[in-house]
Amino acid sequence: MHVPGEVKEMSEKARDKKALYGTDVDLKSYESKAEAHQEVATPEELPSDVKKAALDVGVSLDKESSGAYVQMDQSPVIAESMYEGVEVMDIATALEKYDWLQDYWWKLVAPDADKYTADVAQSPPAGYFLRAKAGAKTVFPIKSCLYLGSTNLNQRVHNVIIAEEGSELHVITGCTTPAHVQRGLHIGVSEFFIKKNAKVSFTMIHSWGQEVEVRPRTGIVMEEGSSLSNNYILLRPVKTIQTFPTCSLNGKGAVASFNTVIYSTMGNIDVGSNVFLNAPDTSAESISRVVSVGGDVIARGRMTGKVPGARAHLECVGLLLSDKGRIYSIPELDGQSRDLDMSHEAAVGRISEEELEYLMTRGLTSDEATSVIVRGFLDVEIKGLPEELKQEIKNITQKEDLNGA
Amino acid sequence: MVRLLEIRNLYVSIGGKQVLKDVNLRIGSGETHALFGPNGTGKTTLLNAIMGLPRYEVDRGGIFFKGQDITRMSMDQRAKLGIGMAFQRPPAIRGLKLKDLIKIINPKADGVRILKQMDFENFANRDVNRGFSGGEVKRSEMVQLLAQQPDFTMLDEPDSGVDLENIKLIGEAIDVLTQKGTRPSARNKSGIIITHFGHILDYMKTDRAHVMLGRSVVCSGDPKEILEQIKANGYEGCVACMCPAK
Repeated sequence: MHVPGEVKEMSEKARDKKALYGTDVDLKSYESKAEAHQEVATPEELPSDVKKAALDVGVSLDKESSGAYVQMDQSPVIAESMYEGVEVMDIATALEKYDWLQDYWWKLVAPDADKYTADVAQSPPAGYFLRAKAGAKTVFPIKSCLYLGSTNLNQRVHNVIIAEEGSELHVITGCTTPAHVQRGLHIGVSEFFIKKNAKVSFTMIHSWGQEVEVRPRTGIVMEEGSSLSNNYILLRPVKTIQTFPTCSLNGKGAVASFNTVIYSTMGNIDVGSNVFLNAPDTSAESISRVVSVGGDVIARGRMTGKVPGARAHLECVGLLLSDKGRIYSIPELDGQSRDLDMSHEAAVGRISEEELEYLMTRGLTSDEATSVIVRGFLDVEIKGLPEELKQEIKNITQKEDLNGA
Repeated sequence: MVRLLEIRNLYVSIGGKQVLKDVNLRIGSGETHALFGPNGTGKTTLLNAIMGLPRYEVDRGGIFFKGQDITRMSMDQRAKLGIGMAFQRPPAIRGLKLKDLIKIINPKADGVRILKQMDFENFANRDVNRGFSGGEVKRSEMVQLLAQQPDFTMLDEPDSGVDLENIKLIGEAIDVLTQKGTRPSARNKSGIIITHFGHILDYMKTDRAHVMLGRSVVCSGDPKEILEQIKANGYEGCVACMCPAK
């Protein structure tokens, strides 16, 4: 267990430790102090540009939620539960309230993993604490928005999600910058604890600016009989993103599904998931769909099977629509036991001429047909989500202007 | 009769290889024609060339539709001008639901009614043609054409792989598309159908038929008469019949 002093010491040593993947970010070129923002009583009182930005990433802070969390720069401005069985707090308040939270704090992500985790460990905690109490089942999601509203800011977030035994929790998080923010850095540490027979869906929609760099660091642990549907959507330009969440299926029969949808126009996008199947009858699936009209996308997927009977499947499929883009697909399977069932498929290609022509004979222009095919390609059938949330996520990909090169 | 489609001395090649040779064809407004011929004689090629698929290069001659020269026109422009086609083996489109495609093709189309008409409601939320059986693909094509409402409908073996019950359904849909329910003088929609077996012709009305042999249209006449001749003497009979004339 890391006591706070230990976290500080570990992170101190990792201040300049480069990450294994992704381009290196000069932390010193960003401001670490942010102006404080006032708390508001209800989502309606949020500044209109925040509300608009939240909506833009599919986060409508309305009645159809079981909770809401909004953070502007480093300030939590709203943290509200709308359902008895779930707790929504800003993490600093939660750490003060619950001593036991120290047993979860920095347990799945190491403070000295790299300079980014170290940087978060060195700064005052800001982020959300979400907890579904034992047996509490929610249908509506907790909606959260992490809003980076100041140019040149290094926004640091540390989130903890706990789904207690037998609970059901859905979370949708939109991370976004308004158009006027030219440059910024977002580092997000997230630790998810999914306990026995709990069911969690976590959907993250990113919408950044052309000069924004993003380094999420996520650790997930799953107990017996639990399930996770983890979904990541990036459709707007970004300078660089690198993330490689680690998920350990430690309990018998745990099931995890990762879906990644990326439409790349520029930048360096390095994303994937790193899954360990540590218990019997566990299964994991990772599906990534990438469309590139520009920029470098590195789509990773790594599955490690450690016990007999574990099942894993990876699918990395890319459509490369321009010479200006690159899709580098890296599916990795690491079998460390007998009786495993692990597979992957990877493909990088172009839009089929036959499909394009077929739609054109129905009267669609070449551009319209391309857009329809791209949308369809990115429409991943996401498992483990309530119908309403499925539709909301679908709407996000539908409203975007997704064209060919 | 107003001429809707006219093909004049059409020569087409694919990658330098000649696939159509001196094709001449006229289809009047309100008429539905059948196109017969053995495999590999250019029937599908002719329909694809009329539709304007890019691989089909017109070397000589021209295609005229509603009085316009469409020989160099793009596929989508031809579709907007009123040409529609049911493919023999269309591709599947992942992530595009049939009901959404109906709306894209024609925002005003009554998708519910069309799907019901083709007994295809259960496929509304399926990806277009994905995992469809041979017969289901044909009904999917008819659904799309009923939404598109083309003035000139081209059907490439809409009956192959289809059971009898659905052949009737498809035949009736073709009659709807070509306005066979209205009196002849009121019809202005036309069509052309490729069929090998002719069963479907029992369920739809055709006005004229053509036989293609050796990359060209060699014979035209009454559909029943021609079909009977083919059934009796095979396409060899057609060859023999054509010999003195050519």
